[in-house]
Amino acid sequence: MSSHDREDAHPGDAHLLLEAINVTKQFPGVKALDGVDFELRAGEVHILFGENGAGKSTLISMIAGAARPTSGEFRFNGSPVHLNSVHEARALGISAVFQEFSLIPQMSVEENLFLGAEETRSGILQKRALHRRATEILKDLDFHLPVNLPVSRLTRAEQQMVEIAKAFRSELSVLVLDEPTASLTQHETEQLFRLIARLKADGVGIIYITHRMSEIREIGDRITILRDGHYIDTVDAKTTSEDELVRLMTGRVVGQIFPTVSYNPQQTLLEVSDLATADNGVRGASVTVRRGEIVGLAGLVGSGKSKFTQACFGARQIASGMVKFKDEDVTGLSTRKMLDRGFLYLPSDRKNDGLMMMRPVRENVSLASLTQRPVSNGLVLSAGGETRMATELAERLHLSPMRIERTVEHFSGGNQQKAMLARSLTREFDLIAFDEPTVGVDVGTRAAIYRFIAELCENGAAILLISSDLPEILHLSNRAYVFYRGQVQAELEGAQITEENVLKHFFEREAA
Amino acid sequence: MASEASMSADNRINISDRLKRLFIRLGILPFLLVIAVIVFSLMSDNFLTGRNLMNVLRQSVYLTIVSLGQMLALLTGGFDLSVGTIVALSSVVGALAMATAFAAMPEMVWLAIFIGCFAGILAGTMVGVVNGIGVSLFNVSPFMMSLGMASVGFGIALYLTGGVPVYGMPQQFGDIFGFGALAGIPVPVYVAAIIILCLYLFLNWTPFGRYFYAVGGNIKAAGLSGISTRATLFWTYVFCAAMAAVAGMLLTARLDTGEANIGASMPLESIAACVIAGVSLRGGVGRVENVVLGALFIGLVQNGMNLARIESYLQTVVLGALLILAVIADQIRLRYVASLKR
Repeated sequence: MSSHDREDAHPGDAHLLLEAINVTKQFPGVKALDGVDFELRAGEVHILFGENGAGKSTLISMIAGAARPTSGEFRFNGSPVHLNSVHEARALGISAVFQEFSLIPQMSVEENLFLGAEETRSGILQKRALHRRATEILKDLDFHLPVNLPVSRLTRAEQQMVEIAKAFRSELSVLVLDEPTASLTQHETEQLFRLIARLKADGVGIIYITHRMSEIREIGDRITILRDGHYIDTVDAKTTSEDELVRLMTGRVVGQIFPTVSYNPQQTLLEVSDLATADNGVRGASVTVRRGEIVGLAGLVGSGKSKFTQACFGARQIASGMVKFKDEDVTGLSTRKMLDRGFLYLPSDRKNDGLMMMRPVRENVSLASLTQRPVSNGLVLSAGGETRMATELAERLHLSPMRIERTVEHFSGGNQQKAMLARSLTREFDLIAFDEPTVGVDVGTRAAIYRFIAELCENGAAILLISSDLPEILHLSNRAYVFYRGQVQAELEGAQITEENVLKHFFEREAA
Repeated sequence: MASEASMSADNRINISDRLKRLFIRLGILPFLLVIAVIVFSLMSDNFLTGRNLMNVLRQSVYLTIVSLGQMLALLTGGFDLSVGTIVALSSVVGALAMATAFAAMPEMVWLAIFIGCFAGILAGTMVGVVNGIGVSLFNVSPFMMSLGMASVGFGIALYLTGGVPVYGMPQQFGDIFGFGALAGIPVPVYVAAIIILCLYLFLNWTPFGRYFYAVGGNIKAAGLSGISTRATLFWTYVFCAAMAAVAGMLLTARLDTGEANIGASMPLESIAACVIAGVSLRGGVGRVENVVLGALFIGLVQNGMNLARIESYLQTVVLGALLILAVIADQIRLRYVASLKR
């Protein structure tokens, strides 16, 4: 169907702005992109669609000049180009707005707008001219931002607008937007879409990454689907069904990656009522978790699902509400006390929050159980006990290479993750919260991690699975809560947990 | 068997490769030690004698003890610039208390010595308590906290003495803790040995010791693993100060006076000893036995330069240069490690 649709979707007269031909990107140990083709016409919104790790980010970072392909070529207006830096891409009018902002918090909006492209006369900054141009750009975009305020004092949505405005400081021909609406309100999103419509009319080509069906329908022209670094298909955005897209995105691998988990819930372990955190990231959320079930916490990045779990675990200050664990009020207890009661939280950012990169695997595995047998008798460590336990767990998780005295920084991302996950087996935990357990790990390791989680659950533990990765929630959880802006938007059970149902609650209610 | 020529070529490659691997595994210290021993024994005949080496050992005791404390601060990702002040303050307070107690009850020498040591070590440790509160409770950066306390402590020490050395301690204090020897080995060496042993056991064989590595290795991971990061940071600076204070009392015994201006070079020298010994400035990495070797190395260099009649002002230049060299060597080592990975 696809090739046919492709012809229909766009009459041939719109000229090809940008082409990627047989592009491959090899990272040490991983092929992030494998022979991918991609084309962008003038005046179209081309959606890039795929799971986390499918290669979308790699592709756009090469288009933006931030990375170079291992092989293959890019053509711009029909002639081959080598984009060696973001600067060179900018000179061609290619600008990208990444999810991670490249703003200097202490600098003002206008200073950020022209960072790296300051106007000077004989080496002196032309501050007045910069101020004028910054005001012009923002006015033109209809962004109401205070140009003199330091960026750190803006909201995240406003910072996003600054980041978008940066793309407009020179002539624009290709604009790359990586999930730009993740932190925007409904109103700001509409504003952005109006802007996109205007750019389309001006013949700018837009590459747009999103997971949201509604956005694809609203602004998309064509969709290119990537999976595990491979080009899958290019389809029409208006007519292709959601089911079809999901099938293309996940492929037939789904059945193999996700294990089937038998579901037999037992007594309630965790009972949280009306929890709010001191930083206002969670505003009155209630969740219950029972033994023998995997409870998914879904929602966008920043929807409060991680903060909620951290607060239950004692790692974040609670403002109000109650946390009951095994029928005991544990609201506001320290992480140590929660661990001793059988509750473990494994953070999403293994590098910054989870692992001691310069210490050996053995020490990282035993970290949360240093006062427990067999690691120690409470006062004195037992070298033999610790080594035996770490070896056994490393073997069980197939750590590769099997060297527990090696420092963690020398392992691949997936194996680093295993070192951290092994912590959940260092003592008898009743409730284990996995926060984005498969971020940045390859497909093989992902399957292993899912099996691991399923096994823990079948052995009678309760699992909290916090994930922004929709398929993970869809395939693993027995029940799911969808978070939106610090609150539980919906509770779904069993067959109700479908992509459509979950996605519907990712956004404001009226938007769905 | 291959021919002689090709074998020697093989050997050369092997030796440079092996040296590189040795460097990656052990760091710069063993190389510096070998170079220092060769250079100084060429410069002075007296250097490589048992008597002189025992001298080095005795002279290095103070720096060794202070460096071990400094190592705790570095392990948790901070550092302590107030160790010099702590040495001075404990010396002054200890000497004042001991002299006063001795004057009041001249017949109870041991009680006076005990009171003096107790007061001195307590005073020094209090500086660490303040450091610890600032760093752990108020999140003051260790740099600012210990820099500020260095000034506060030094001021107090000068104020207490008016800048004049404190005399009047019992003869026995200096005789035993300064110049005494047991089985041919100076008493301060025993004190250092006990501290080294205790710290070694503590850091490597207790959960609490492991917490210091964890907090320096990744403070968030430590927190999520049920480790009280605040308490660990607090005790870091208290232990560090207590060790510096012990060194201060031993130094007082050796000098027979309490002085406010001893220990000024301690911050630099103790950090140098740690860094040369491979303690990471980013925290989380460091071993007791290496730090002891690092401190001994600095003592060895100072002793060697004295024997070679190098002027004391120039010695300061050499020490600073060594510290920088050690940091550069560490960076090179990291680059080698990265190249081996590929």
